[in-house]
Amino acid sequence: MTETALLLMLVALPFVGAAIAGVLPTQARLAAARLAGVVALSSLALVWAAYPTVSENEVLRTEFEWIATLGLSFKLRMDGFAWLFAGLVYGIGSLVVVYARYYMAEEDPVPRFFAFLLAFMGAMTGLVLSGNLIQIAFFWELTSLFSFLLIGYWHHTPAARDGARMALTVTATGGLCLLAGMLLLGQMAGSYDLDTVLAAGPQIRSHALYLPALVLILLGALTKSAQFPFHFWLPHAMAAPTPVSAYLHSATLVKAGVFLMARLWPVLAGTDAWFWLVGTAGLVTLVLGAYVAIFQNDLKGLLAYSTISHLGLITLLLGLNSDLAMVAAIFHVMNHATFKASLFMAAGIIDHETGTRDIRRLSGLNRTMPFTGRLALVAAAAMAGVPLLNGFISKEMFFEEALTAQAPLPAMLAALPLLAMVASAFSVAYSLRFIHGTFFGPDPVDLPRKPHEPAAWMRFPVEILVLACIMVGVLPAATIGPYLDIAARSVLGSEMPYYSLAVWHGFNLPLVMSLIALAAGTGLYLGLQNRLRNGPDGPPVIRRFEGRRIFERAMVTLSWRLARSGERVLGTRRLQPQLRSILLLALVAGGGAALARGVGPGNLAPQGVDPVIALVWLVGAACAVGAAWQAKYHRLAALILVGGVGLVVCVTFVWFSAPDLALTQLLVEIVTTVLLLLGLRWLPKRFEGVRGEAAEVVSLARRLRDLGLAVGAGLGMSGLAYLVMTRTPPDLLARHFLERAYTEGGGTNVVNVILVDFRGFDTLGEIVVLGAVALTVYALLRRFRPAPDSVEVPEQQRVQAAFDAAHPARHEGATVDDWLLVPSVVTRLLFPLIAVVAVYLLLRGHNMPGGGFAAGITASIAIILQYMIGGAQWTENQLRVLPLRWIGTGLLLAGLTGLAAWAFGRPFLTSYYAYADIPVIGRVPMSSALAFDIGVFALVVGAVVLMLIALAHQSVRGQRVEDARAARTAASEAL
Amino acid sequence: MELIVALGIGVLTGSGVWLLLRPRTFQVIIGLSLLSYAVNLFIFSTGGLKTGQPPILPPGGEGNLLEYADPLPQALVLTAIVISFATTALFLVVLLAARGLTGTDHVDGRERER
Repeated sequence: MTETALLLMLVALPFVGAAIAGVLPTQARLAAARLAGVVALSSLALVWAAYPTVSENEVLRTEFEWIATLGLSFKLRMDGFAWLFAGLVYGIGSLVVVYARYYMAEEDPVPRFFAFLLAFMGAMTGLVLSGNLIQIAFFWELTSLFSFLLIGYWHHTPAARDGARMALTVTATGGLCLLAGMLLLGQMAGSYDLDTVLAAGPQIRSHALYLPALVLILLGALTKSAQFPFHFWLPHAMAAPTPVSAYLHSATLVKAGVFLMARLWPVLAGTDAWFWLVGTAGLVTLVLGAYVAIFQNDLKGLLAYSTISHLGLITLLLGLNSDLAMVAAIFHVMNHATFKASLFMAAGIIDHETGTRDIRRLSGLNRTMPFTGRLALVAAAAMAGVPLLNGFISKEMFFEEALTAQAPLPAMLAALPLLAMVASAFSVAYSLRFIHGTFFGPDPVDLPRKPHEPAAWMRFPVEILVLACIMVGVLPAATIGPYLDIAARSVLGSEMPYYSLAVWHGFNLPLVMSLIALAAGTGLYLGLQNRLRNGPDGPPVIRRFEGRRIFERAMVTLSWRLARSGERVLGTRRLQPQLRSILLLALVAGGGAALARGVGPGNLAPQGVDPVIALVWLVGAACAVGAAWQAKYHRLAALILVGGVGLVVCVTFVWFSAPDLALTQLLVEIVTTVLLLLGLRWLPKRFEGVRGEAAEVVSLARRLRDLGLAVGAGLGMSGLAYLVMTRTPPDLLARHFLERAYTEGGGTNVVNVILVDFRGFDTLGEIVVLGAVALTVYALLRRFRPAPDSVEVPEQQRVQAAFDAAHPARHEGATVDDWLLVPSVVTRLLFPLIAVVAVYLLLRGHNMPGGGFAAGITASIAIILQYMIGGAQWTENQLRVLPLRWIGTGLLLAGLTGLAAWAFGRPFLTSYYAYADIPVIGRVPMSSALAFDIGVFALVVGAVVLMLIALAHQSVRGQRVEDARAARTAASEAL
Repeated sequence: MELIVALGIGVLTGSGVWLLLRPRTFQVIIGLSLLSYAVNLFIFSTGGLKTGQPPILPPGGEGNLLEYADPLPQALVLTAIVISFATTALFLVVLLAARGLTGTDHVDGRERER
């Protein structure tokens, strides 16, 4: 198997497994567990397959370019250290899968659990195998995310939700800091490639940005590894199912922070800043975590604080800036993973079989659960550092390091061994409490369940792990030696320090310290018996400084109080102030830029003024101001005036050589007017001087302010437009299009060629928008509820109906029978004519003004005219327009025309044209752009007609509803 | 010539902005229409004003900027005209639906408290 395949499969397998597990039915408990087991075990086999290469101190690499210009690539890289972690992830992972298979209850949706677990495995593997800084940050956040999902697995309990949210908030915030730190690191090293970065250690350490980068990266690592003062999230993460606690929150996820610090150790370590930041955090966490752990009444709480403490130990070792300490740190990572995972599993078994995790209620379980008791005893002894177990050896190494550390401050040197011993004594005390409180003493009373041994397979993973503890503890050099060596070598390079893995190093100071700690811890536990049994939960003295409460108060302040007052001060929910500030900002920005940069006159002399266009614009300006004046009380007048403005704009387009625009503007003007006329019927009546005019008059000051803004905006736009027009426009694109329109696009109407050929993709996007808007309008109107005062029939119709009713000779609706008879006949005759014009505009569009947009609107006008003159019912009886089909056909045609280019091996929307000789008509250009334009045409017809008809139907629908109601009433009366 | 068009754009913008700041939805719709005329004209004018030189080439020919108007702003504005119709329609329907739901045609969905 090649390197690439191996590495890719290692990362991809769990994600694939997660996807499959995610779609399994909820009842497929066994299938999901088997799938997860197979994935974990086969990945473990893959890791093992890499051992021969890794053990030669070779590095497996594979790289896929992503954004080369930014130095971003997807790179996987496996050296000894990454190999060890990958083995840890899959080794413990396999055991946890077996354990979880028996742990999860009947009613839990197990496939989802395994899907999350597998996805987490993938994220964790991706993290340890990453060969790129940004990639590390990505997988880092992914592990936070899946940790969140797993903690919140039992999301029906508030504790799970709160714990998950807290863990995500803390670790993801750390992850963001990490990303920032990684960016700085990449800047300093000149590359995001991990190999390059690892080789640039001295250069980075002497860089000015070293300290900020270090702080940011450590914020990420320390939050993830639950180091003081960010440790508080881990105990709350214990709301997760116990397999998750065993796997994520002791063996793997929380080790990610330690992993990162060790990974970047060759680059970042070796400075006083590193010693102070990492060392202090580790030391405080070590002592504090162990102290708090003693006073936890919850088994998992005790283990959580113990985990925090042991992570502190590893962090402290990393902070000591010594090669030997580094070896000890890696060693302890593995030891801690084995004994802590097995202890968590044991705690889970106890919880599972007795129904409680409260140490005060548990007692004497050794008689009912002897096997579990023995296993837990050994694991707890390893945790306490009892000789002949793995915890002892790494603790000895730690004591040795504490004694020989080179601290920048001599006082530290005296305190360090002492504090190490104190913490060790604490750990003996809580280990004793775990075992003695649970398994010894009198028989338990009043337990929720009758305790008994668990299923043999549920105990199996614990047995394996405990066996590992003993094997490593007795024969360290033979069992773990080679693996520890390759892992340490890949971090430290060729300068490996001498170290000896052995149980017996002679009667030396570390051994004495161990013995003192064992004795002191036992004494402490015995002395605290009464307090532990009857005292309150939580440690004395520092109980008040609960991290959780501080966190929650901070969250409330940040996300609620600050946000609220921020909104109150800076925000508004009213539209007018928002628009006002946007406009003001635009004015200030534009004016400010003009002032700051200075604006001179343009290089072109203005052309002479033509009196005709001046007159036209006099009318246009009058129309615009009139519309602004009248829009409140005289809507119809305002509408007509806006139409006038539209015509003036249209004339301007004609005048200044834009026939296509003029044509489109004229046509759109028609449909816009029809649209707004249809809307007028649903607006409230408003009469000048009626309904408390005094109340309507808002303060003069506000009107003046708005007037100032309007005048300012108008002047600004005038000035801007004038300055732009009196400068030579940049001609690069224009020349390009003018030169190639015919030679490459096969059309003489350059505007149309741009639309359907050169920038066809833009046009495709625009017709999609048009179609989407039409559908939205349609959808909004389907559930349309008019305002109550607009529901009744308009006044004119009421008068007509009353008139018809008053005359016995007339039937209802007779007044409108002869309504506009001559125009209606003319309009019906016009229909085919307008349709022909539309087709003509469409076909000639490539060479002459016209095209799909103009033709589409023309065709829709033909249809709308029939509606206007004949009414909706008559028109729909004669002519079935299916606007939705038009829209669909148009989109399909335009899209397929684009796709057709692929069939010829060309990029999307490449057009093709040729001239065909058709009898009678002659030489005709045949262009694929025409098919595209027909698509545009169909879509425009459909969209415009759909919007207008949907609105027009509202009037009819109201009456239909009335009719239906009347019919129902009549029917019920008849019964 | 340029001055006339520039002043025209200014008047349209001014009227549009004034209406945009008014409280009634219909006023805002009319304002947006006026504003879109102004913006379309402005984009169109960035290509320079030329009379009698539409960008329509003789068959088989290549064009240049001396003899033809700039086609690019025209292409931009052409689709903008059609889209502005669509947005006007959407806005009209939204305002009608909002009036149905809230019973008022004030832009905030409720009358100003006084």
